[in-house]
Amino acid sequence: MRFTNRWVHVAAAVALAAAASGALAQEAPDAMVKRVAEDVLQITRTDPKVQAGDKQRIKEVVETKLLPNFDFERITALAMGRNWRQATPEQQKQLVEQFRQLLVRTYSGALTQYRDQTMEYKPLRADANATEVTVRTEVIRKSQAPVQIDYSMAKTPAGWKVYDVIVAGVSLVTNYRDEFNEQVRAGGVDGLIKTLVAKNQGAPAK
Amino acid sequence: MSARRPLAAVAAALLLASCASTPGRPYDPFEASNRLMYEINEPLDKYFAKPIAQAWVDYVPTFVQRAASNYYNNIDDLFSAVNGLLQGKLDKAGNDLGRVMINTGFGLGGLIDIASDAGIPRGMEDFGQTFGYWGIPQGPFLFIPLWGPTTVRDGTGTLLRFVWSPTNEIPLVPLRNVIYGVGAIDLRAQALDATSLLDQAALDPYTFIRRSYLQRREYLVHDGNPPKEKDEDE
Repeated sequence: MRFTNRWVHVAAAVALAAAASGALAQEAPDAMVKRVAEDVLQITRTDPKVQAGDKQRIKEVVETKLLPNFDFERITALAMGRNWRQATPEQQKQLVEQFRQLLVRTYSGALTQYRDQTMEYKPLRADANATEVTVRTEVIRKSQAPVQIDYSMAKTPAGWKVYDVIVAGVSLVTNYRDEFNEQVRAGGVDGLIKTLVAKNQGAPAK
Repeated sequence: MSARRPLAAVAAALLLASCASTPGRPYDPFEASNRLMYEINEPLDKYFAKPIAQAWVDYVPTFVQRAASNYYNNIDDLFSAVNGLLQGKLDKAGNDLGRVMINTGFGLGGLIDIASDAGIPRGMEDFGQTFGYWGIPQGPFLFIPLWGPTTVRDGTGTLLRFVWSPTNEIPLVPLRNVIYGVGAIDLRAQALDATSLLDQAALDPYTFIRRSYLQRREYLVHDGNPPKEKDEDE
C-alpha cells in the first residue's frame, strides 16, 4: 500500500511537471515577447542598481531575462551564411559563444537608454500552427517618433525562440552577415573569432 | 575594321566599368574613397560635430530643443505631403498637409507640434522614397563627411529638399543661417544614442553603417514591409 502510494506521488509529480512545461512551451510567441519585455522594462524602471548604471547588474538582467529566449546557434549560423558550413564544430562553438557575448554587451548598453519608454504590441498575424512568426512591437518614446522592433521567432522543442531582431527595418542578422563575411574573407574563420574575442575584451572598433 | 572599332571601344568600356566595381560589392563601387571619407569624418565628428550636439542636448533648455526639432519636422512634413502625393498615398499626404496647416497656423510657424498631440501621424515620406517607389535603384552608396551615409538616389532627394526648402525664402540672412546651423546640430543630436550603440555593436563601423542605412531605406520605401532580401551569400 505504501509502495503504491509513493508511486502515485511520483506519477503526480511527473504529470504536473509535464503539464507545466507543456504550458510554457505553448505560450504564444507574442505573449512571450510581451511578458519578457514588460518584465525587463519594469526592472529598468525600478531597480536602483540598473538605474545607477551598475554594469554587473545590467549584464545579469540581460543574461537571465533576455538571453534564454534567443536561439544563439541559429542567429550565429544565419549571420555566418555559407561560411557556417566551412567552420569546424569547435570553431562554431567559439563563434556562438563570442557572438553571444558581443550581443550581451550591446544589449546591456542599450538597456539603459530604454528607461522612459513604453512598448506597444501589435496583434500577431499568423496561423495557429505556424512554426515561424514575426512578432511586431513598437517602442513609444517621449516626443519622438516611435521605433518599430520586430522579433523573428521559431518554434523549438524548448518553446519559441528569437532568431532575428529587426530594429526600424534593420535586421541584426543581415547587418552581421556583412561584417562576418568581411572578416572571414580577410582572415578566415579564425580571423573572425580573433576579432570577436578582441572586441569582447574591450578593444575599440577598428 | 571600322565596324570592329566601336565594338572594341564598348568592350573596353564595359571592362573598365566592371573593373571599377569588382573589388567589393555592386552597391558600393566607390568603397575605397567612401572609406577614406569615413576616416576623414571620424575626427571631424569626434572633435567638432558630436561635442556641439552633446552640449546642445546638455545645456540648451528642452523647449528650445523641441522647437528646433519641430520647425524642421514641419518642413519635412510639407515635403512628405508632396512625396505622399507623388506616390499616390493620399491618406498619408492628407495627414501631412493637415499637420503642416495646423502646426504652421496655430503652432507659431511650426515651432509647436500641435498636430502630434492631436494624434495625426507623420507620413515620413521623402524624395528618395518616391524615386524608389518609381523603381529607380539606389545607385552607388556614398559616405559624406559631416553628413553621413547616403546613396546617389537618396542624396539627390536630399539636395532637392534643401534647394526647395521654405527656409531659403527667409529674407533675413543671419536668421536663415542660424536656422541652418541649429538644424544641423539638431540632426546630429538625434543620432547621439545611435552612435554610442554603434561603437559597442560594430566590428567594422563602416560596414555596419552601410548595411544599416541600406536596410533602413529599403524598409521605408516599402512602408515597413520590404520584400525578403535575397541573400547573395547563401
